[in-house]
Parts: sequence; structure tokens; C-alpha cells
Amino acid sequence: MKVVLKHLTKKFPGKNKKSHEEVIAVNDFDFEIPDGKLVGLLGPSGCGKSTTLNLISGLEAPTEGQVFFGEDDVTNVPVENRGVGLVFQNYALYPHLTVEENIIFPLQNLKGAEKLTKEQMKEKALEVAKLVQIEDYMERKPKALSGGQQQRVAIARALVKMPKVLLLDEPLSNLDARLRLQTREELRRIQKETGITTIFVTHDQEEAMSICDLMVVMKAGVVHQIGRPQDIYDDPKNLFVAQFLGTPPINVFTGKVENGKVMINGDDVFDAPGVPDQEVYLAVRPEGFIPNGSRFRYMRERREIMGRDVSIIFTHENALNPNNRAIVSAEENIPEQPGEAFFDLKPAKTFLFSRETEERIRF
Amino acid sequence: MKNSNLKPWLYLLPAIIFLVLFMVYPLVDVFIYSAEEEYNSASQTYSGIGTYNFSYVLHDPYFLQALKNTFILVIITVPLSTGIALLISLGLNSITRLRDFFQTTFFLPYVTNTLAVGLVFMILFKKTAYSEGMVNLLINAFGGKSVDFIDGPYWAKMFVLCFYTIWIVLPFKILILTSALASVNQDYYNAAKVDGTGKFRIFTKITLPMISPMLFYLVITGFIGAFKAYSDSVALFGTDLNAAGMNTIVGYVYDMLYGDSGGYPSYASAAAVILFAIVLTITCINLMVSKKHVHYT
Repeated sequence: MKVVLKHLTKKFPGKNKKSHEEVIAVNDFDFEIPDGKLVGLLGPSGCGKSTTLNLISGLEAPTEGQVFFGEDDVTNVPVENRGVGLVFQNYALYPHLTVEENIIFPLQNLKGAEKLTKEQMKEKALEVAKLVQIEDYMERKPKALSGGQQQRVAIARALVKMPKVLLLDEPLSNLDARLRLQTREELRRIQKETGITTIFVTHDQEEAMSICDLMVVMKAGVVHQIGRPQDIYDDPKNLFVAQFLGTPPINVFTGKVENGKVMINGDDVFDAPGVPDQEVYLAVRPEGFIPNGSRFRYMRERREIMGRDVSIIFTHENALNPNNRAIVSAEENIPEQPGEAFFDLKPAKTFLFSRETEERIRF
Repeated sequence: MKNSNLKPWLYLLPAIIFLVLFMVYPLVDVFIYSAEEEYNSASQTYSGIGTYNFSYVLHDPYFLQALKNTFILVIITVPLSTGIALLISLGLNSITRLRDFFQTTFFLPYVTNTLAVGLVFMILFKKTAYSEGMVNLLINAFGGKSVDFIDGPYWAKMFVLCFYTIWIVLPFKILILTSALASVNQDYYNAAKVDGTGKFRIFTKITLPMISPMLFYLVITGFIGAFKAYSDSVALFGTDLNAAGMNTIVGYVYDMLYGDSGGYPSYASAAAVILFAIVLTITCINLMVSKKHVHYT
């Protein structure tokens, strides 16, 4: 089932006693989530991701705009009739019920022709429990499970009614690092096996990049870019997207374009043919530096050798951050001592943004 | 014994001394008194050890009346007050406007002077030469006949006593239950809503189990409190409770010690021990029932 958001806006009344200004949590969202895809809503905290999820689930009503499931306008359909499965950040498993009772709970609400017998419910519960691999813990209470297992139970409970859309709010944030890696693969597998359109919220770009088919990068209630994770990484629309994606983060320097060249402190560091003269940000991915070059002058602080890669930690008087990092092959000969040296920049890994609008300058 | 083992006991000593002196010793003494037959407090003598005191108390019509009154009071007020408190708390929890106002209103009896409360109940129920009392006026307005609630038939007096008790214990229960309800994570309700759970089912399957520890606490303390009822009865019917037929077990104990017919610590002790046995039994039953139905998280 594809999900379409049309000019979706959510405003909250101001809570601050002094100013009654409205808070715009979601501002004019207008995009389509294709059927059967795993989609990540990515952004820093407070950017309206969870609100978007609640608008799709129906737990909150939009101020303006519409939500479509397939061709149906579900904007005014109450949450229980939308056919969504929702996994909460804290899982919200009923602590007094066993795993099996938790999974069966949604089925017991079915009425009329949909009503199931006890055996059918148990059968269905076992089916999803097997899918998320918790069938051995059916008699346990949630308290007796690890965080990862609880997460699976929550997913099983959301899946047992075979929802049209599965929504997950920060599904991995309560897990430790190792479990997070494992669970995100699991999430991917479950989504592929069921083919249910899945939307999840995360502030962790690595998490989003690793499993999403499609990624929605947002900030302060505004969608900044939508696309396949690699496409967004390789082709960011603006400075925020470029900075938000990628670990280690992108290195940003201030400079200006003169006669088709990017100038930093009088050095001509990069070619930008056809770009009108203006103040710019020059952003370079850590893997975008070619060592032992001649154009981009920097101060090497130290080097870190990590197996096949070497990180060069360097400072630059025009950099936005005090520490910058270049990652180059370990085969390169990088001196250990600090000192001045030069890079060349790879055009595919180097982006220009307008200093004024922070939008990308293409050339 | 090593020094390090002695130290903690030394710290505990002040508390232990006071506990033993004022709690353990009297407690043990009550059991001893209850077994000493024909004990005389003036000469400190007794004729023998046995169960005569218990047998006397259990055959005393005043005690049986007190026992009956207490049981009726417990059986009526504990479930009713807890239920009403739950209803009011649910109401308070679901409104947003005027919530603070209502919360304060419901809590008022808790901070109101008992004498003032007694006065209000007099206005409500007492029949005097000048007035029939508010409630009787209401009954008359609906075409009923006046009832003497304070000196009249047994059921009327019992009704007033139960009404008074429920009214007095409500605020505390409402306070506990509103905070218990407010502490249930909203996500549980949202999760249930997404699954299309009906309101009644949400209440029985989620709300009740979630607040069950608090409910259980209120039931236990409610039982114990109601079994120990005495002052409420005095406030309404005066000190000669046996004559009014509205005595309670604790009232009987008091009368046996200090009342006009008093001076019988042995009988008083026996009655106290019987009360203790009853409360212990009820609490044990409560605990056993709760094992199945109370969910601590």
C-alpha cells in the first residue's frame, strides 16, 4: 500500500505562557511513499519526525493537508480503522500480559465476521512470533525479556493483524550498539518477507542509510531531501543534508568563487567552471582528499592508522570545525609529525553551497 | 563476636528500645492479659490461665452486636468507597477544564476538622425539635416519611455511619488513584487505540491491571481501617454506643477498659486479640487473592 502525503501540516498551540505562537511541527509535507518499501524519516531531534508518524497513523489529526493510503483518503479515518501497525519507541508492551497474550491482544478486538476462534488466534500469533523469532518465549512476561526480544514482540504485535502500513518510532534507539546492528538487519528481513510498506523514524543517519530503500531527510518540520540513501549522500541538495549524512562528517570550509576557481585565503584550491563569483561553503567528504597534492593547504595535527585506511586529522583556518578528517588509503605515505602539507580534492566528493542560502551550487 | 557485628546493633539500639517498650511489650502483654482469668488490676492477681475471657467476650451480646456492626461497616464501605473513588478519579483524569477545582473540592474532607464534619452531618441527618434535618426534608419533598437517622431504626443509623465513613475515606483514595492513573504511560493507551480496543476493554485489560498495586493497597488499608473504626461512630452517636446499638469492636475494647461498665482489661484484651485474628485472616486472604490479580511492574 503506497502512502501519499498531500500538503500535510501540523501546528501545535504555543505552550509557552509568554508567547502563544504556534509551533509548526510539520510544514507542508508533500511526498509519496511507494508500496512495499522501507522508508526512513531522518532528522535531528525535534524536527517533527514522530509527529509525521502520528499523522500517518492517525493518532494525531493534521491541521491541514491529507493522508492517502493507496487511492483512499484516510485523513478523517480514525486510527483503529486505518489498518496500521505501530511500534512505540519504548515498545509499550503490556507488562501484565505474557508475550503470547500481548501478540494476541489486537486480534481479540476483531468483531463480527472477522472474529477469530481461540485456536486461530494462537495460530496467527505463533506465525508472527516465528517470523520475528521469539516463538520460544511465548509464555514469558515482557520483563523477563532482553531489549531486543521486547522489540521483536512489539513488532510481532504490530504485524499480527497484517497492517497495510507498519510504522516504527525510533525502533532501535533503546538497544545497545551490537543489538542495534543485528536488529536493523532483522527489520530489513522482516520487511522483505512481509512486503508491508514500512516507515520508521530515526535520528541516526547510519541506521537509515544502511537499511532504507528511501530516505526522507527533514529538519525543523521541513523536508529537505527525499531519495535513495546513496543518492542523497552523493548528491546533497543543501548544506544541512550534506552535514547531517556521513560519518565521519563532511568537512566544511568558507571561501569564495572568483573567475571559476574556489579561492581560500588567496589559494586557488578547486575548479568551479561557470560558477558566478560569490561567497561559498566548500564541503569535502573525508574520502574526497587526495594526499600529497598541490592546491589545498592544511595543517596536519596527527595521523590515525586503522587497518587499510589512514585518517589525517588536520586544522584549517577557514574550517567550520576545529578538527577535520581526511581518510586516505594506508598505502599513501603520510608522515607522522604535524606539519603543513597539500591535498588535491576529488570533484565527485566536493560540493559547493551558497553562503547566503546554503543551497547547493551545481556546475 | 567481632566489633563490626556489634556496631549496627548499637545504631539500632534507640529505635529497638522504644519499639520494645511501647510496641512489643504491650503487644505481648495483651496476649497474656487475654489468657489470665479473673485478673484484678488493683491487686494484680488472677485465678488461672485459660480461655474463659474469650468465651465470655464471645457470649457477650454487646460484643456480638459490635462484631456485627463492624462487619457490616467493612463489607459495605470498603468496596463502595474504593469503587466510588475509582469512578471519580477516572472522571478527574479524563477532564482537562476545571480539573484542579474538582481535585481540590474532592480533597476538602481530608483537611476538614472532624467536629465540623460532625456538625454538617447533624444538619443533614439529625432530627431536632426545630428541624427534621436536610435529608428528611428532601425525603418529605418526594413524598416520603421522615426517618430518625440518629436515634431511629438500626438500618437508618447504619446507613448514616456507612455514609459518613465512605465520605471520610474518599479523599485519600481519590488522591492515590488519580496519581496512579496519571502515571500510566500514555503509550499503552495509544497502542491499544491503534489496535482498535474498545473503551471498556481498555479499562479492564490495561487500566485496571496497571493500577492494581495501588488498588490493592487501598483495599488492604481500607479493610484494616474499617475494622478499627470507632471515632466515626462516636462522632455520630455519642459515647454510649452500646445503648445506641452502634458499637464497634474497638469501641467495645475501649468500653471494657474505661467505659462505665469498664475495668476489665482481660475482656478488653481478649476482644483485641479476636480483632487481631480477624484482621490477620482477612489480610492473608487479600494477599492470596492479590497474587493472581495484582501486577507489579
